[in-house]
Amino acid sequence: MKNLHNDESFQKRIDANEHVEPRDYMPEGYRKHLIRQISQHAHSEVIGMQPEGNWITRAPSLRAKQILLAKIQDEGGHGLYLYSAAETLGVSREEMIEQLHSGKAKYSNIFNYPALNWADIGAIGWLVDGAAIVNQVSLQRTSYGPYSRAMIRICKEESFHQRQGYEIMCKMMAGTLEQKQMAQDAMNRWWWPALMMFGPHDSDSPHTGDAVKWKIKRESNDTLRQKFIDKTVQQAELIGLVIPDKDLKWNAQNGHYDHGTINWEEFFEVINGKGPCNKQRLEHHKKYHLEGEWVREAATAHKMKKIKRERHHLTH
Amino acid sequence: MNSKEILYNYCLRLGDDALILGQRLSELCSKGPILEEDLAQTNIALDMIGRAQALFNYASEINGGKNTADDIAYRRPEFQYRNHLLVEQPNEDFAHVIARQLYISAFEVLFYGSLENSKDSILASIASKTIKEIKYHLQHASDWTVRLGDGTPESTFKMQRAINNLWMYTGELFEMDSIDDQLLKSGIGVDKSPLIEKWRKQIQATLSEATLTMPEEMFMQSGGKQGVHTEHMGHLLSEMQYLQRAYPDAKW
Repeated sequence: MKNLHNDESFQKRIDANEHVEPRDYMPEGYRKHLIRQISQHAHSEVIGMQPEGNWITRAPSLRAKQILLAKIQDEGGHGLYLYSAAETLGVSREEMIEQLHSGKAKYSNIFNYPALNWADIGAIGWLVDGAAIVNQVSLQRTSYGPYSRAMIRICKEESFHQRQGYEIMCKMMAGTLEQKQMAQDAMNRWWWPALMMFGPHDSDSPHTGDAVKWKIKRESNDTLRQKFIDKTVQQAELIGLVIPDKDLKWNAQNGHYDHGTINWEEFFEVINGKGPCNKQRLEHHKKYHLEGEWVREAATAHKMKKIKRERHHLTH
Repeated sequence: MNSKEILYNYCLRLGDDALILGQRLSELCSKGPILEEDLAQTNIALDMIGRAQALFNYASEINGGKNTADDIAYRRPEFQYRNHLLVEQPNEDFAHVIARQLYISAFEVLFYGSLENSKDSILASIASKTIKEIKYHLQHASDWTVRLGDGTPESTFKMQRAINNLWMYTGELFEMDSIDDQLLKSGIGVDKSPLIEKWRKQIQATLSEATLTMPEEMFMQSGGKQGVHTEHMGHLLSEMQYLQRAYPDAKW
């Protein structure tokens, strides 16, 4: 009975648009939903370092190398704040990493696609970060305080990334024939996966119900996807990139672009581990985590020795 | 060489150390033992590439704009790179990454500390900007040397091994040649000979805190400043230069 009462007053707070803070009462389902979502978000930032990291050593100018290094650092930093936000819900970073390795926790499906040419770095910034921002702007108003604050900070940096990504695409499209081909190739490969980042259509989305009621999620998958398409189409046209969707057209009646059918079969195959890089991304993370074990052990051992020596010093 | 060419070459030497170490460190992205350390290594890489950019911009200016900073960074053949052999050594393991950083940063703190007083105002200002970063790099490398040296038996072994393996590349840091001598005379360059004693003291202090021992005297490798590199260098450059070389007409 007590919980029922708590759940009712919790919902009242949510309905009044109050933020929920770590020590406040929250239903178990709310906590679980957030741990799942925030840890997935943190893992996505960290796994996302791999496709971009794949190009740092080959970045074609000093400026490009610095921008890319700074961007990947920002992403790692986002991973850190998001892990901390999830930790406020009573789960440790180590547990979250174990869940990632066991496959219990997911990361964004988009990073299961490869970064094959330099324009992919442009396309990832412009389309992938561009899609992520649409989602994250909406999450700035999410009901859980630490998550909302992390999103506000992250959005500021992501909008830089998106501009930098678009700048790469602009340069490539203003360049040699081969550069234009690279840019179009990247566009062809990243467009559909970027649309899939918003998740299944509202009618098929299994998590929407409670997440909306609890105001963890503020706008539906289809609404967010439409916002992304509407802002991106003109940017593509402006620099001469063709969007690989022959059914894409402006709909004057509703003031939005209509798009062709998304290949959800591919989406579910990739989610279920059959994308081009699923195995590679996870194995990479596991390999370096395992390789770093002796370093983490050494750091802990050294800390313990230091504490022991200080105690010894104090008592003698 | 006239005085312009001498100064141009000096900028390349300093810039190449920063560029090549930056390139090595950028290989470590997404491979750190913990996320915080991943960020620290790419942060140092970023400092290094930024320093290389400043030095190559200056070199390009000295050269009357005949080649840009990117041409200097990306379009030279291997034998025209002038970095010390130490910085091109591969990331064998985390202990090697730390030992390399400890050796070079302990040197750079002294070197750039002295270059801050250069009569060349541009070099002096690059030095005073970079010295703040180098102090952090040295602190970071020293802290890890102590943690690993005074950690577990495995980490002590690995840290000592890295310290020993890289020792033979440290002698070159203090060599003076005719370029160094001429720039020292004109008050622009740094006298590196007196730095070695301070450097050894610093390394000795860190190693002893780390319960590690100073490597024994050995024959020192040299050649980087004359463009004679180790076998690792060609691989590093072919990766770094790939797009610039494969698409020479493209602008990035």
